[in-house]
Formats: sequence, structure tokens, C-alpha cells
Amino acid sequence: MAGQTLFDKVWDAHVVSQVEGGPSVLYIDKHFIHEVTSPQAFDGLRKRGIGLFRPQFTVATADHNVPTIDQHLPIKDKLSAFQVQKLTENCKEFGVELYGLGHKYQGIVHVIGPELGLTQPGMTIVCGDSHTSTHGAFGAVAFGIGTSEVEQVLATQCVMQYKPQCLKIEIDGPLGPGVVSKDIILYVASKISTSGATGHFIEYAGSTIRGLSMEARMTICNMSIEMGARGGMIAPDAITFKYIKGRLYAPQGDEWDQQLKYWETLYTDEDAHFDTVYKFDAADIAPMITYGTNPGMGIKIDDKVPLDHDSTSHQKALGYMGLQAGEQLLGKKVNHVFIGSCTNSRIEDLRLVASVVKGRKKAPNVQAMVIPGSKQVEVQAREEGLDLILEEAGFQLRQPGCSACLGMNEDKIPAGEYCVSTSNRNFEGRQGPGARTILASPLTAAATALTGEITDIRTIM
Amino acid sequence: MQPFKTICSRAIPLVVENIDTDQIIPARFLKATTREGFGENLFRDWRFNREGSPNPEFVLNQDRYHGQILVAGKNFGCGSSREHAAWALYDFGIRVVVSSFFADIFKNNALNNGLLPVQVSQDLLDQLLEYLQHHPEAEITVDLSSQQISLPAASLQSHFEINAHKKTCLLQGFDDIDYLLSQKEVIAAFEENRSFA
Ligand code: SF4
Repeated sequence: MAGQTLFDKVWDAHVVSQVEGGPSVLYIDKHFIHEVTSPQAFDGLRKRGIGLFRPQFTVATADHNVPTIDQHLPIKDKLSAFQVQKLTENCKEFGVELYGLGHKYQGIVHVIGPELGLTQPGMTIVCGDSHTSTHGAFGAVAFGIGTSEVEQVLATQCVMQYKPQCLKIEIDGPLGPGVVSKDIILYVASKISTSGATGHFIEYAGSTIRGLSMEARMTICNMSIEMGARGGMIAPDAITFKYIKGRLYAPQGDEWDQQLKYWETLYTDEDAHFDTVYKFDAADIAPMITYGTNPGMGIKIDDKVPLDHDSTSHQKALGYMGLQAGEQLLGKKVNHVFIGSCTNSRIEDLRLVASVVKGRKKAPNVQAMVIPGSKQVEVQAREEGLDLILEEAGFQLRQPGCSACLGMNEDKIPAGEYCVSTSNRNFEGRQGPGARTILASPLTAAATALTGEITDIRTIM
Repeated sequence: MQPFKTICSRAIPLVVENIDTDQIIPARFLKATTREGFGENLFRDWRFNREGSPNPEFVLNQDRYHGQILVAGKNFGCGSSREHAAWALYDFGIRVVVSSFFADIFKNNALNNGLLPVQVSQDLLDQLLEYLQHHPEAEITVDLSSQQISLPAASLQSHFEINAHKKTCLLQGFDDIDYLLSQKEVIAAFEENRSFA
């Protein structure tokens, strides 16, 4: 028998049954919910007159639609306030653990899961949010689902799913100066396009990936969905185990030893089959930046906006972004810098930013927002004195939430303005109607805030 | 869920590739806590100018184009998992989306809401888009039971694939939750016998 991929091992262990000619019934170990994609699912349960099948496996937080200043005050926007209140009521009525606004564990759902030790290797994890792929960094099969599927999980702890194919992305070699994990994933997306991994689950492998911290691995897996993949995963190793050990919900004592034995079996067998394999050399990766309106439209920061002769979509994107083919982005004036989102809002990201801006000042034209991924990240940043470094540099450190990543709350970028953003999507209007998003790493974002124009971090290091 | 019937309707050609769910329904309209009413803001920022007036350039604002079928460029529905995108299309009156490629989560969400994604070859898609732009009155027929899509006026016809299970669900208006609820004992037995973790 041929060997199994990491994905196969975890997926197969969770198949409850197989519908003839149809999907699998897949058992879910951990279910995260938030205020935006859950209310209709709870309504569905109410209509059917049922409760949660396994309430202890669902955890809730409020993140998408919360303000990032004055979180102790009532939410001003009526609809947002109602949505957050609805989540609180639903969690109470159905017995779901909620880390709501003001709670010491509140934060972006994909930041708090790992940080609390809820996310563990070998698990199946779902959430009504496409960036659930983030949790794959721990060797979990983690993917985003729609609200009808949220209802399935609440009602039965299972979802009906078709098994995706397996795709391997192997990256080897040391990274160049100024290149971090966000650049790796923007580079990969630019090579395989925004739909290149549709129908697949990705496994990231190779020496470059092995050398990354857990935070950096999460950034990589986070953006799997931007290539169309259902999820992405990385085999757990000593770095993973060290990260998990001692966290709030991590196994302890004998249970830890037992779990660890299982976790150590979670890797792709040497003779396992992948449907597709891509290999990249880390030496080819430079600091990256996007110029268009999907995350696959990325270039090396000192490259020129490419020509695409006959694609109307390409022209539409450049028109929206106010850019010309052949133009360089370096030196372009930028008034907004957003550092945050489930891609880059963990403590390591804030440390990176602080290391660049320490003792310097942002350019006067720039508004620089730093949104920590969770309450715990915010507290830790203050403990480490990062808040002072950021504030002295003129950056605004705010409270946790999704914020300008999707512009559901008041944190929006004005129409027509450029924003260098550490988030994951540069879709039209994503950060506010007419806003022009340029995706980049926290290093590039910090460098840009200092100069007020798109800047190659390597020139100011 | 309503059972899916054969649809015979005029179609709306939307010649844009990689339409993401943020375009289908922008995030600022996701504050509602029910499933209804999202159609009003379908393609909001393409349909309306910033000050709120309809954008006459956009197909949905052009009287000559209407119907229950949307024909769109490849990689439809990428991006966010928001099911609101499927609800918005359905609420607007769309029952079928035709494209040469669909994003996975969108496809699932659509199927779970009685909205049929019909995947055709790039070649056929190009022909459909081309013809519909010049002949807005032409009708497309989508027959789920025989898995056929046709545009008789242009003598175009093709078979499309759909998973047998999903097809039955759609035809009968039966959803996955009904099925899963009938499996609770099997699920509980699975929990008992887990050999790992
Ligand atoms: S930070 Fe952005 S991408 Fe991440 S969960 Fe929130 S809205 Fe989604």
C-alpha cells in the first residue's frame, strides 16, 4: 500500500461514514464561531427545536464587527451592537463558551485558537471564515465553511464534505535579507494564481518552511485560501510542540505524553502521492507587494507592474488601483498603513514592526494603525514596551479585532487612497468603498510608514 | 430548501473574471442576523455609484438584461466564505450561476441554498457571453435531471457535471442537516470508537 500524506492521515481518521457517490460525513474536533456568520445558524437550530450536539467543542469570540477603540463602551453602530449582542445571547442560550468583547481572551478567531492551545495537531477544525486555514500550521485539517455548514456542526459535530486533492508546495533554502513569511506566501500566490489550488489541500514542506516559527507558519497557512485551496497544513515538529506546551488548553501530564506520541506520527510518508507538486527556491523570493485586486497579483517590490495584453480583468484591476502597466510601485506616496489581521497581528509581527520603527518617526502624511490580533497580544505588547516604541514613532496601537482588514467597523480606508496593509485580501472595496489595498509584510508596511512612500525594507535596514 | 426545477430564462452576462464574494456582497452589509434582504445590496459597489445613484454601465442596471441565470467569468466566488454571497444572489432572483470555474466554498454554499452552479468549458463560456451580450432576449435552459444546459437560439448545448448526492438533494429540496440529524447514533458510535486522540 502506498504511503499516506499528512492530510490523508488526519482526514481519514475523522470520516464517520461515506455517502454512496457523495460526500463524507466528517467529524469536527474544534469549531470556532464569531458574530457575523453564526446568527442564522443558531436561528436554524431554533427552528428545528434542537440544541448543540457537543457544545463543549465550540468556542466563540467577537472579532469581525467590533470597534478597536473604547471597547469598554457600548458599540455605537446599532447594527453592529445588535450583532454582537445576538452572539452573546445565542452563546448563553445554547451553552457555548464565549470570549466576548472585553474578555481577556478575546481576539481574532484565528489568533486566539492557537494562542489558547485550542488548536492542536491532528485535529479537524472549522469556522465560518475562510482563513480557518491558519490553524493548519499545527498539522490540523482546518478549513472555512458557510453558515449552513456551521449549523451542521452545531447540530451534529459533523460536516458533509468532499475530500479535496493534495498539493505539495516545497520551498528550500535560506531566506534573503528583509524577506519574511508573508513574502513567501505572496510569492507563491503570484506564481500559482488566485485559483491555482482550487479543489486542493496544500501541504507546505521543505527546509525553508521547517525553519519558520509557528507565527510565521500561521501566516503561510492563513493565505492558502487566497490560491483557492480549502486549507494548507504543515507537519508538526519540535517547534510546534514547544509552542503548544503549557498553553491554557494544551494537554498536560500523562495526556501530553500520549498526545505527543500521536502527534509524532503526523507527517507525510515518503512514498505518499500528491496530485500536484510545486517547488520553489527561497533564494528567488524578495520582499513582495501586490499591485492588483486579488492576492495573486503580486510582484517583487522593485519590479514593474506587468503587462497583460488581452485580459479585461487585468485592465479593470489596474484601473481600480490607479496604476499603469510598466510602472514601479517603489516611491509611490501612501497615506495609510494597516498592521493587523489574522495574517500578521501576532506578537512576533508587532515585534518586527517595533524593531524597524524604534527611535524613528512615521512620515507626517501617514496614518499608521496597529491592531493586535488578540487581547493577549495587546497585553504582551505592553509588557514588552512595544506600545511605547510604536507610539513614539507615531503609530496608533488600538484594541483587537479584524478592523480595516475587511472594513466592517469604522476602520475604513477612504476612497481612492492607497493603504499598505499586512492583511490578506486586496479585493476592490475590501478596506472600504474605493479603497486601494497593497498587500505586504509587516516589515514593508513599517518601512513605508516611516518614509510615506512604498519602500524597500532592504534600503533602510 | 425549495426543490430545484428546470430553469428556462433570459440570462445576465457578467464579463469579469475572479469575482470575489466581497464584490457579490461587501462586508459592510453583513451586519444583518437573518438570511433575507441581501439581494438589495448584491454587487453593491458595481451597481451603485458612491453617492448612491445606479451605475448605468453595470449589466444589472441595464433593462435589456434580466433573468434567473447569471453567466460570469472564470473563478466565480473566490475569497471569503460568507454564505451571504449565495443568499444575496438567491434573494435577487438568481437560481443558476454559469461559469468555467467556481471557488470551492462558494460552490458548497450555493448548493446548500438551492442555487445551482453550472460549470462549463471556457470555450462554451466565451461563446455564451459573446452571444448573450448581443442577444439579451435569448433564453437559456438548465435541466438538472438530465444535466443539460442549452442556448437554443445559438445552437449551443452541453452536459454539466454535478455530484449525484447533491443533485438528489437539490431535486428534492432536501438538505445536509436533515441527513446528518438522521445519523446522530452513527456519529455517537464513532466518538466511542475513536482510536486516536
Ligand atoms: S482578520 Fe480579516 S481575514 Fe482574518 S478573520 Fe478577520 S476579516 Fe477575516
